[in-house]
Amino acid sequence: MLSKGLKRKREEEEEKEPLAVDAWWLDPGHASVAQAPPAVASSSLFDLSVLKLHHSLQQSEPNLRHLVLVVNTLRRIQASMAPAAALPPVPSPPAAPSVADNLLASSDAALSASMASLLEDLSHIEGLSQAPQPLADEGPPGRSIGGAAPSLGALDLLGPATGCLLDDGLEGLFEDIDTSMYDNELWAPASEGLKPGPEDGPGKEEAPELDEAELDYLMDVLVGTQALERPPGPGR
Amino acid sequence: AKSSHWKKLLNSFLIPNLSKRKADIISTVEFNHTGELLATGDKGGRVVIFQREQESKNQVHRRGEYNVYSTFQSHEPEFDYLKSLEIEEKINKIRWLPQQNAAYFLLSTNDKTVKLWKVSERDKRPEGYNLKDEEGRLRDPATITTLRVPVLRPMDLMVEATPRRVFANAHTYHINSISVNSDYETYMSADDLRINLWNFEITNQSFNIVDIKPANMEELTEVITAAEFHPHHCNTFVYSSSKGTIRLCDMRASALCDRHTKFFEEPEDPSNRSFFSEIISSISDVKFSHSGRYIMTRDYLTVKVWDLNMENRPIETYQVHDYLRSKLCSLYENDCIFDKFECVWNGSDSVIMTGSYNNFFRMFDRNTKRDVTLEASRENSKPRAILKPRKVCVGGKRRKDEISVDSLDFSKKILHTAWHPSENIIAVAATNNLYIFQDKVN
Repeated sequence: MLSKGLKRKREEEEEKEPLAVDAWWLDPGHASVAQAPPAVASSSLFDLSVLKLHHSLQQSEPNLRHLVLVVNTLRRIQASMAPAAALPPVPSPPAAPSVADNLLASSDAALSASMASLLEDLSHIEGLSQAPQPLADEGPPGRSIGGAAPSLGALDLLGPATGCLLDDGLEGLFEDIDTSMYDNELWAPASEGLKPGPEDGPGKEEAPELDEAELDYLMDVLVGTQALERPPGPGR
Repeated sequence: AKSSHWKKLLNSFLIPNLSKRKADIISTVEFNHTGELLATGDKGGRVVIFQREQESKNQVHRRGEYNVYSTFQSHEPEFDYLKSLEIEEKINKIRWLPQQNAAYFLLSTNDKTVKLWKVSERDKRPEGYNLKDEEGRLRDPATITTLRVPVLRPMDLMVEATPRRVFANAHTYHINSISVNSDYETYMSADDLRINLWNFEITNQSFNIVDIKPANMEELTEVITAAEFHPHHCNTFVYSSSKGTIRLCDMRASALCDRHTKFFEEPEDPSNRSFFSEIISSISDVKFSHSGRYIMTRDYLTVKVWDLNMENRPIETYQVHDYLRSKLCSLYENDCIFDKFECVWNGSDSVIMTGSYNNFFRMFDRNTKRDVTLEASRENSKPRAILKPRKVCVGGKRRKDEISVDSLDFSKKILHTAWHPSENIIAVAATNNLYIFQDKVN
């Protein structure tokens, strides 16, 4: 069980982490950037931005200014996580009938791939009660996302609830992660040899072909409206 | 001396609204051109107009208080069946037309539809009709044997608001600004991607004068956030963007003003770069000075004054609440970073005012470079009480009257304020309460 003191400590630490983003993210040459583990702060900010984006897109009529600002911020965050990579377009769920214009491209292999890999990594953490067994062996990562924790779980992971599970600190979270996750190739669409984590899923060759139905399903899972079921068939 | 009026601030005059209904949240405040009337719009689509009491020698102590003059429902919630969307009735902006006869005219707009309202007084009633009976039913003409001309008799003052024009179906996106042109014949309405020019007399047509919608919406990176006509030159207007830029356009140059005449942008300060640089640079309001020589812009942390003749940087920058710069991540998380604060000039363009959190609002004197923070709250200002300057403590020891950054209430935001066109009277909207402050100069 979590002790109250430990829980509070984690909370404070975690609260400080996001606030520190501004302080250390200066130009890339800054010393602190090289030393700080960018993955930690950036990934929670990344998740937050993805959540905001999804929430914004879920509105019957999205606030365009809010949406554009979140998307642009997400692009910056993506760029910082893989600085030299080409920026992929940020995804949106297939246009709901109420969205007047198709706001963004429907398929973003790279972002989906990164979310898949992140969720898979998080699902390996022991004691993460929210994460059902990952379906990494079921097919391409585009489908496996359906079996992993929603990205809300990702945020919870970094919060107090799992504090006692990470005795070796937040860095332990990423101990097993293959750093090739952050390689350039990850972000280029239709790239091969991407590894989602220590346990290789099948190759991501299919990811560029991630179709609207799957992306739709993915988004539904992320927001929790969709129960975790079998991956969608092509005729969905 | 000019500086003395800061100390003699300010009689407060609260128009309290004790309800907690969301519909009562004030969403816009605007004085008319003489300052005699003050209009507010709220989330429930209502417009409330206050009128300043005439000063009388008998009641000197009731100098110029504002009382309710007229209340009407301007917009109702609508349902767009085609897109399956509900259109909010919230009044985004009110703009007055200059008075040209006994009646008052104002424009009010929600996300999609602009309406022209006529507010007029009726203090006489025709009496003596003999064509109708007491119940108002027409009498049988055979029973009428005399012709009686009705006579106008005085009655209790009645203020009526009637919708004279409805300008609809011209905006795909949400209207954020309306601005009356100095020719008093046209006005513009701006949404996220387009600006339309209207003639007051014509409701079934409008001219599109700015269109920044990309051919491919995937390429959308910037939206229009505010727009305003020049106070004197009817061909000139400005619009601001979510990327912190201002474009000045001349309608004489071409029918579609996609190419600006002037482009105002300040280069980014590299030492202040962060993930949130763009969001905090997004301009939430732009206002011409009364003189027409300057424009003022509000972004998340600052107010800037620009000289129309200098495009590469503002001539003045004022920090509204720089202590929030280290809290941007939290403010991003709770969406406060997207709050849209407005800004206003005083009548002589010497003082500018804008709102902040914790029901604080700030005034900057452009000449003396002095600034003051005041609070609009019922606890701190009984009617006729004098406002005390407030101070936010950033770090270290907090003095007795200071408030620490972490104690600020971010749900209490002052987004909308207005300044009387010629006197030191200001209106401050604090959620669902309206405060009117007068400068007490004896």
